[in-house]
Amino acid sequence: MYLTDSEVINQQMILPGLFLLTLHAAEVAGAARPGQFLHLRCGKTLDPLLRRPISIHFTDREKGEVSLLYRIAGKGTSLLSQKKRADKVSLLGPLGNGFKMTDGNESISVVAGGIGLAPLYFLLCELSLTNRRAAVFLGSASIEQLILVKEIKALGHQVYPCTDDGSSGFHGPVTELFEKSVAKRGSDNQNALTIDLVYGCGPRGMLKRLCDLLRQKQIPGEVSLEEKIGCGVGACLSCACKIREGGSGYRYHRACVEGPVFKAGEVVWE
Amino acid sequence: MSGFAGNDETLTKLDLEVNIGGIRMKNPVATASGTFGFGPEYAPYIDLNLLGAIVVKGTTLEPRLGNPTPRLVETSAGILNAIGLQNPGVERFIGENLPYLAGFDVPVIVNISGDTIEDYALLAGKLSRAGGVAALEVNISCPNVKKGGMQFGSDPAMAAEVTRAVKQNTNLPVVVKLSPNVTSIVAVAEKVAEAGANAISLINTLLGMAIDIKTMRPLMGNVMGGLSGPAIKPVAVRMVWQVYREVRLPIIGIGGIMTADDAIEFILAGATAVAVGTANFVNPRATMDVLEGIEKYMVEKRVQNIYELVGAAHR
Ligand SMILES: Cc1cc2nc3c(=O)[nH]c(=O)nc-3n(C[C@H](O)[C@H](O)[C@H](O)COP(=O)(O)OP(=O)(O)OC[C@H]3O[C@@H](n4cnc5c(N)ncnc54)[C@H](O)[C@@H]3O)c2cc1C
Ligand SMILES: Cc1cc2nc3c(=O)[nH]c(=O)nc-3n(C[C@H](O)[C@H](O)[C@H](O)COP(=O)(O)O)c2cc1C
Ligand code: FES
Repeated sequence: MYLTDSEVINQQMILPGLFLLTLHAAEVAGAARPGQFLHLRCGKTLDPLLRRPISIHFTDREKGEVSLLYRIAGKGTSLLSQKKRADKVSLLGPLGNGFKMTDGNESISVVAGGIGLAPLYFLLCELSLTNRRAAVFLGSASIEQLILVKEIKALGHQVYPCTDDGSSGFHGPVTELFEKSVAKRGSDNQNALTIDLVYGCGPRGMLKRLCDLLRQKQIPGEVSLEEKIGCGVGACLSCACKIREGGSGYRYHRACVEGPVFKAGEVVWE
Repeated sequence: MSGFAGNDETLTKLDLEVNIGGIRMKNPVATASGTFGFGPEYAPYIDLNLLGAIVVKGTTLEPRLGNPTPRLVETSAGILNAIGLQNPGVERFIGENLPYLAGFDVPVIVNISGDTIEDYALLAGKLSRAGGVAALEVNISCPNVKKGGMQFGSDPAMAAEVTRAVKQNTNLPVVVKLSPNVTSIVAVAEKVAEAGANAISLINTLLGMAIDIKTMRPLMGNVMGGLSGPAIKPVAVRMVWQVYREVRLPIIGIGGIMTADDAIEFILAGATAVAVGTANFVNPRATMDVLEGIEKYMVEKRVQNIYELVGAAHR
C-alpha cells in the first residue's frame, strides 16, 4: 500500500461524463491486482473532504502507469475530471482484496453493469495474458454507452452486449441475458453456455439479481460491492458489508480490506 | 522527538514531552479513538513509534456488530458517522489487538464504552489487569448507540458516577471524554474532575443529520450521526478554552485538527495534548505532519518547552 503524489499522464473524455485518467505510479502499477482500488484526493480544499475510491481499470507495468475509468457522480469526480497532464494527484493504494484469480481452466464469465466494467476490464486483460477466454456480458443504458466492446474482443473474449433501450444487442437487463444464456451447473443443455466461475460488478440491484441467479444455477462467483469508503485502510468501519456467517447469522466485513470483492453466496442483501 | 530551538549559537533541544494525568507522552500528538483502528491499519504509512499516544477504537464488554449502513455521510468540511461502536469486545481486544501494540514504544490508551455503570466498572477492571494499557479513555459521549453513550455525558451527575466507577476499578490514569452535546461543558468537566478524573478529552462528535432531497429521506442508516472534521473545530476550541479556565486538569484537544496550525490553536486554548481524528482518513500521515509543524512553530516562536504554549492565549 502506497501513499504518493502521482503525476497525471493523460486525462481523456471518453463520453460526456465519462473519463479515462492515467497516472504515473510505478509501485502501484506493479502491485495492483484486478478488483483493487485507489483512494484519491480530488481537490485541495476541505470540501470535498474525503478521498474518493476508484477501481483500477488497467495498468501498464512497463511504463509504471495506472489507468482509471470513472463517471462524474458529484463534486469529487467532477474536480478529478479537471486534472490535467502534469498535475499531481495524491493517491492511496492499491487497496482492497481484489478478485481471486485461479490458474485452473474453468470456463469463466464476466457480468458487468455500466461503470462496473471498470475493474472487470483489468481482470479481462489479466486473463488474456494467460490465454484464458471469458464470456463477457456487458450491460449499459444504450449503444452510445456501450464501451470497450472492440478492445474486449481484441483480448480474445466473447462479448454479449445488452442495452436498456434495445439500441444494441439484447434488449433488457444484463442479468436477464445471463440467465437465458448460461446453463445450470450439471445440466446437459446443449444450447447454453457452460460456466464454472463468474465475476460481477455493477449497480447494487444488478448484483443482487446476479447473486440470486448464481445460487439458482449453482455456479460459484465473486462480486465487487460498493460501500461508502471513509479511510480506505480498515480503520473507520464505515464501509461495512453484511456477510453471511454461521447459518442465518451475519457479520460486517470491511469493503476496503476484506472486500470490495466478496463470494457471491456470502453477501446478505436487504 | 527532538529538534532545535533557535538557529543561533544557543541551540537548545526542543522539549515536547507532556504528562497527561500520569500518561507520559514523548510528544503531544495522539490519535483520536475510532479513527485509527487498532494501530496496524496506519503502520504502512507512518512509524507508530513517533506518536505521542495511540488511542484505540472504542471497546465494549461484549462484541458489537455495529449499525446498518450507510454509516458515513460527507457534509461541508465534515463527516457524519454512525458506526455504532462496532468492535470485537474487550476479551478479543485483549487477546488479539493489544499484543500487536505492545511491540511499540507508545502509550496505548483504551477507549471504553458501556450501556451501564457496571459495564464501565467491569471494563476498567479487565483492561487494568491485561497489562500493556497506559490509560483508559472513558467515552461517555458516543451519540451513535441507543443506550448509555451520550446519555452519561449529558448529565453531570451521571458523568461523575461513571468516572467514580472506573476510578474504583483501576490504578491506570483515567481520561474522561466529554460530549459537546451539552449546554454547559464546564459543568460536566467540573463534576468529572471532582469524581477523580486525571484528564479530560474534548471533544467527541456533535450530533447531526443530513437529508437526501432527492429521496426525501435521511441519508444515514441510523438517521442521526456524529459530526467530525474541520467543521467542528471552532466549537471544540471554544470548549477547550472554557474548560481550561475552570478546571485544573490536563486536556486532550480533539476536533477537526487537519494541520499543525489547528493543533497549535488547541494548545494555545489550553490543551496539553491533541488527538488527530478525521484527518487520518484524508491524509494517513496527518499525525506526523502535525508533529513536524508543531516543532517548526516552536522553533519560529523560540519556544523550547511545549508547556510554554499550553493555554498561552489566556495570558
Ligand atoms: C471500491 C469502489 C470502487 C469504485 N470504482 C469506481 C470506478 O472505477 N469508476 C467510477 O466511476 N466510480 C467508482 N466508484 C464510485 C465512486 O467512488 C463514486 O462515484 C464517487 O465517490 C462519487 O464521488 P463524488 O464526490 O463525485 O460524488 P458525491 O458528491 O460524493 O456523490 C454524488 C452522488 O453519488 C452517490 N455516491 C457517492 N459515493 C458513492 C458510492 N461509493 N457508491 C455509490 N454511490 C455513491 C451519492 O449518493 C450521490 O448521490 C467506486 C466506489 C467504490 C466503493
Ligand atoms: C468514524 C469515527 C469513529 C469514531 N469512533 C469513536 C469511538 O469509538 N469512541 C470515541 O470516543 N470517539 C469516537 N469518534 C470520535 C473521535 O475520536 C473524535 O472525538 C471526533 O471525531 C472529533 O475529532 P475529529 O474532528 O478530528 O475527527 C469517532 C469518530 C469517527 C469519525
Ligand atoms: S473505509 Fe474505513 S474501514 Fe473501510
